[in-house]
Amino acid sequence: MLRYLRLLGVQLHTSLLTLLQYRFDFATEGLLELLWTATALVPLFVVFDARRIVAGWTFEEALLVVGWFTLLQAVLEGAINPSLTSVVEHIRKGTLDFILLKPADAQFLVSTARFQPWRATNLLAAVAIFVFAFRRMHTVPSPGGVALALALLAVSTVLLYSMWILTVSAAFYVVRIDNLTYLFGAIFDAARWPSSVFRGVVGFVFTFVIPLALMTTYPALALLDRLRPATLALALSIAAIFAGASRVVWLRALARYTSAGG
Amino acid sequence: MTLPAAARAVPTLLRVGFAEAVAYRAELFVWILTSTMPLIMLALWTAVARDAPVGRYDQRGFVAYFLAVFVVRQLTGSWIAWEMNYEIRQGTIASRLLRPLPPILHYASETLAAIPLRLVVALPVAGCALWVTGAEQLPRGPVAWAVWLAAIAGGWLIAFLLSFCIGSLAFYLESSAKVMDLSLVLLFVFSGYLFPVELLPAGLRAVVDWLPFRYQLGLPVELLVSAYDVRDALRPLAIQWGWVVALLAAAAALWRGGLSRYAAFGG
Repeated sequence: MLRYLRLLGVQLHTSLLTLLQYRFDFATEGLLELLWTATALVPLFVVFDARRIVAGWTFEEALLVVGWFTLLQAVLEGAINPSLTSVVEHIRKGTLDFILLKPADAQFLVSTARFQPWRATNLLAAVAIFVFAFRRMHTVPSPGGVALALALLAVSTVLLYSMWILTVSAAFYVVRIDNLTYLFGAIFDAARWPSSVFRGVVGFVFTFVIPLALMTTYPALALLDRLRPATLALALSIAAIFAGASRVVWLRALARYTSAGG
Repeated sequence: MTLPAAARAVPTLLRVGFAEAVAYRAELFVWILTSTMPLIMLALWTAVARDAPVGRYDQRGFVAYFLAVFVVRQLTGSWIAWEMNYEIRQGTIASRLLRPLPPILHYASETLAAIPLRLVVALPVAGCALWVTGAEQLPRGPVAWAVWLAAIAGGWLIAFLLSFCIGSLAFYLESSAKVMDLSLVLLFVFSGYLFPVELLPAGLRAVVDWLPFRYQLGLPVELLVSAYDVRDALRPLAIQWGWVVALLAAAAALWRGGLSRYAAFGG
């Protein structure tokens, strides 16, 4: 365990060194991130320009969902995406060999290979959105609500990571499928909206098959003190199921790996 | 290479492109799945319009609009930028440069040749749209259909040329993937992909009218669901084709300039 902690430290250190090499990128990318986050808010304004309440959500409440979406996107694009995108490349070229040769767990190594800390600017954007929304509502979140929301944030991170591992595992089965990152982003985009917007089949899929509701809607509800703490137990068990399943699928997919020539 | 000779090569290129699309169907399928956003927006906007219409769109109007968005995006979608960026970085674009054909023609036929496979997905959706909303929304009369054809051809050209320009940027920048991401965000917000552009406030609307994104997607969609009279479509159609010409010039300039800088590293 200690060894893996030390390994994580080393990997973080290398990412940081790479980052310092490209200081200009750090600044421009950070700015671009903020611009995109702002642009992503436009649909929300358009929707709430037409109606005061949509599917039981006011503008300020829906802003909280967007805030959580922004926060999770920062986590996804800063800590999860960069490493796992390179796995797809490794599989395609056969260079995954070099990672498999190392005396540590391959999933751990590929998942911690690269971090992009400039995405952290989006964390600030998320906090700004929260502050703005609560100021407009003239309230502050309760400490219990905040704690519950933070616990759900941890759960969501695990869920996102597991879903990513599941997606990446597909790359072992299909030869040329290096556009997977875009697929994941496209699905995750639906989490921008409160889950009660989606009804019928779509609603079912986004609650149970791909638990997007759990990631952004529930934390927003927690901040509004509308979520029962018991929901956390449900969330934890779903995250555990996903984490377990992704580990099994990863190991099975890895067993199919035939090195170069793929 | 003369133009007639290049034109003779097109049927073969299309056949090869189609075979490639079939061979790499998994990748194509992922691209199709990434453009399911209109279906999500359909759910959202029908929820918004549950009690009363928004602008000219009621619930059925939104269903028709977003299913049309899905179909038009399948027909005009172009991911050449992604491919060019990869080929330029890896140096594999050299094999395209060696052929006695303008590479843009090659890319264009690849994009065109994927349309039949995309139709396999798009046609059932179009069928659903017809079934849910009825045929009265469709363009009426041959003139309206001709205008729509011109609009979708223009939309395809804008999407393709924009993608080609962004791909060519990989000659200048370390990776043009960032620019591709940026253009996707702009496309989403300003093209009518997430909401009909007429729902934007007037000030922003004026800006959108002069950007290329609306003409890539919004215009053919609006014409397909007969959002306005054919006569009112002539001005946007003119702007659209103006953009086609401008982007064609930009594509040629970027490609030529980039090629002269290119050293085909890597491999």
